Amino acid sequence: MTSARANMGRSAAAHAILIAYTVLALYPVFLILINSVKGRRAIFNDPLSLPTAETFDPIGFQTVLEQGNFLLYFQNSLIVTVASLFFVLLFGAMAAFALAEYRFRGNLLMALYLALGIMIPIRLGTVAILEIMVAAGLVNTLTSLVLVYTAQGLPLAVFILSEFMRQVSDDLKNAARIDGLSEYRIFFTIALPLVRPAMATVAVFTMIPIWNDLWFPLILAPGEATKTLTLGSQIFLGQYVTDWNAVLAALSLAIFPVVVLYLIFSRQLIRGITKGAVK
Amino acid sequence: MGHLTLHNACKSFGTVDVIRDVTLEVQDGEFCVFVGPSGCGKSTLLRMIAGLEDITSGDIRIDGQLVNTTPPSQREIAMVFQSYALYPHLNVRDNMGLGLKQAGQPKAQIAESVDRAAGMLDLGSYLTRRPGELSGGQRQRVAIGRAIVRKPKLFLFDEPLSNLDAALRVQTRIEIANLHRELGATMVYVTHDQVEAMTLADRIVVLRDGRIEQVGAPMELYNNPANEFVAGFIGSPKMNFLDAPALGAVGKSMGVRPEHITLADSGAGIDGRVSHVEHLGGETLVYVNADPHGLVTVRLFGEHAYAVNDSLVMRPDMARAFHFDDTGQRLHPASA
Repeated sequence: MTSARANMGRSAAAHAILIAYTVLALYPVFLILINSVKGRRAIFNDPLSLPTAETFDPIGFQTVLEQGNFLLYFQNSLIVTVASLFFVLLFGAMAAFALAEYRFRGNLLMALYLALGIMIPIRLGTVAILEIMVAAGLVNTLTSLVLVYTAQGLPLAVFILSEFMRQVSDDLKNAARIDGLSEYRIFFTIALPLVRPAMATVAVFTMIPIWNDLWFPLILAPGEATKTLTLGSQIFLGQYVTDWNAVLAALSLAIFPVVVLYLIFSRQLIRGITKGAVK
Repeated sequence: MGHLTLHNACKSFGTVDVIRDVTLEVQDGEFCVFVGPSGCGKSTLLRMIAGLEDITSGDIRIDGQLVNTTPPSQREIAMVFQSYALYPHLNVRDNMGLGLKQAGQPKAQIAESVDRAAGMLDLGSYLTRRPGELSGGQRQRVAIGRAIVRKPKLFLFDEPLSNLDAALRVQTRIEIANLHRELGATMVYVTHDQVEAMTLADRIVVLRDGRIEQVGAPMELYNNPANEFVAGFIGSPKMNFLDAPALGAVGKSMGVRPEHITLADSGAGIDGRVSHVEHLGGETLVYVNADPHGLVTVRLFGEHAYAVNDSLVMRPDMARAFHFDDTGQRLHPASA
C-alpha cells in the first residue's frame, strides 16, 4: 500500500514537471496562433489575450493568401523537405548498413570521415557551394536545395543509423543469405524494417532544420518560382514596417505541415519503442 | 549426397588465425558434432562451410565439388541458428518457404514441401502465425523446418539449443536425433555442450584454438582421449587430474573419471576430506579435498550418506586411469 502510494506521488511529480515543460514549450506557439487572428491594434495593445469578437480579424490570413504565391512557396518547401528527407534516409541507411555489415579496408576511417560533417557546419562552405551551383547551372532550382540539404543531413543520419544497423541480428542476415536473398533485398526487407524507430528519429532531426532554413533558399534559390515558405514570409518583414498580422498568419500556416510529418514519424517511433519493450 | 571435405582449411581475421589447418571428412549421412570451449573457432568453421565467412586458404568441397567461392545460397546447405533468425515480418509458412520462393519453385510445390516439414515438426496449426507469437521451442522448430524444406545436402546447426530451457533442450535434442534418422541427411552440429555432443554425434570433432584436437566416435573419445584437453572436455562431471608423482605414477598428471573412483572409510588409497556433497537421487557427487591433488570429484551411483568434513580414502581404478606428460599429451605406459 505504502509503496503504491509513494509511486503515485512520484508519478504525480513527474507529470507536473512534464506538464510545466510542455506548457513552457508550447506557449510561444500558442501566442503565435492567437495573435495571428487578431487585428493589428489588438496585437500591440494586449498581445497575451485571447481573440474576442471585437479583436478578431482574419486580415493576416487574407493578406497571406492574397499574396498569391503563398501556395507555391508552400509547395516548394514541401517538395524540398520531403525530397531531401527521402534521400537522407535512403543514402544514410545504405551507408550505415555498409559500414556496419561489411569488413573492408578503411571501414573505420570512412565512418569517421562521414561523421565529420556533424562537427563542421555546412554553411562554412556556402561560397564554394554557390560557385558549384552556378557552374552546374542549378541556381534558382529546387534541385540545388535538395542536394545541399541531403549533404547536410547525411552525416548525422549515417552516424545514428550505423549504430542501430549494428544491432540487427547477424544470424538473421546470414539466414537470408542462405535463403538466397540479394544484399539489396536483405537491406530493404530485413534491415530497414528493424531500424524503423531509428529512421523516424533521424527523420525528425533532419526535417525540422530543413523546413525552417532561410540561409540556403536566400542564397541558392531566391527566385520567385523557387522561394520556400520561410523565405517567402520575409516579404512581410520590412526594414521600416512589418506586417505582423501577415507574419504571424504565415508562421501559423507553416507550423502545420511539420506537425503532421512529426506525428507520422513519432507514431513509428513509439511503435518501435513499445515493440522492443513488450515483445 | 552430402559428403563434406575440408582440406587444410585456414581462416584469419587480420593477423589473428582463427582456424588453422583443419582437415576433415564428413561422410554422407553422418551426424558430426564440432565441440570445444567458447572462442575455439567452431562457429567460424561452420560459417566457412556455409559460405558466410571466406576461407583464407585451403579447400572446402561438398560432394567433391569445390565451393570455396560459391555463395551460401548455391551450396545446397541449410543452417539453423542459435537465435532462430526467423524473419519477423513473415508468418511461419512464408518463413519456411522463402528459400524455395527465391529459388523460383512453383507455388504448389512450395506449399507441399512446407506442409510436409510442418507435419514432421508438429507445426501444422501455427503456419499462419508470426514468429513473435510463438514460444522459443516453437520458433526453433520453425527454424529447423525452414532447413528441412530446402532439402539440403548438408544441414548445419549453430548451437541450436542454447537459447532453450533445460527441459525443452532435452526434448528438442531427441527431435533432432529422430530427424537425422528419418532424413538420413548429413548434419554438422556445433555446440559447446559436451552432453549434446555425446548424445547426438556419430562422430565428434574436438576443437581448441582453431585446431582439431581429436576426432572420433563419442565412446572412443571417452575411453581413449588423445590428450589432457580432450580427456577433460569429454565426460561430465569433468575428469579429475591427480598429481602423478605423488602417486608414483608416470608423467605429470593422472586422469581418473569421477565414476572410476571408489570411496572407503579407511585403508590404502588417497586420504581426503569431504568438502561438499550433492545428492541427486540416482547418483551422489562427493567433492573431496586431497593434498596435493586439490578438489577431486567422485561420482557414486545411488544414495550415499556422506557429510561434509568426513575423512575418507579414495581408490581410483588404475586400469581406467589415463596418464599425461607436461605438454598434456597422453602417455601409454607398458603397465597400463
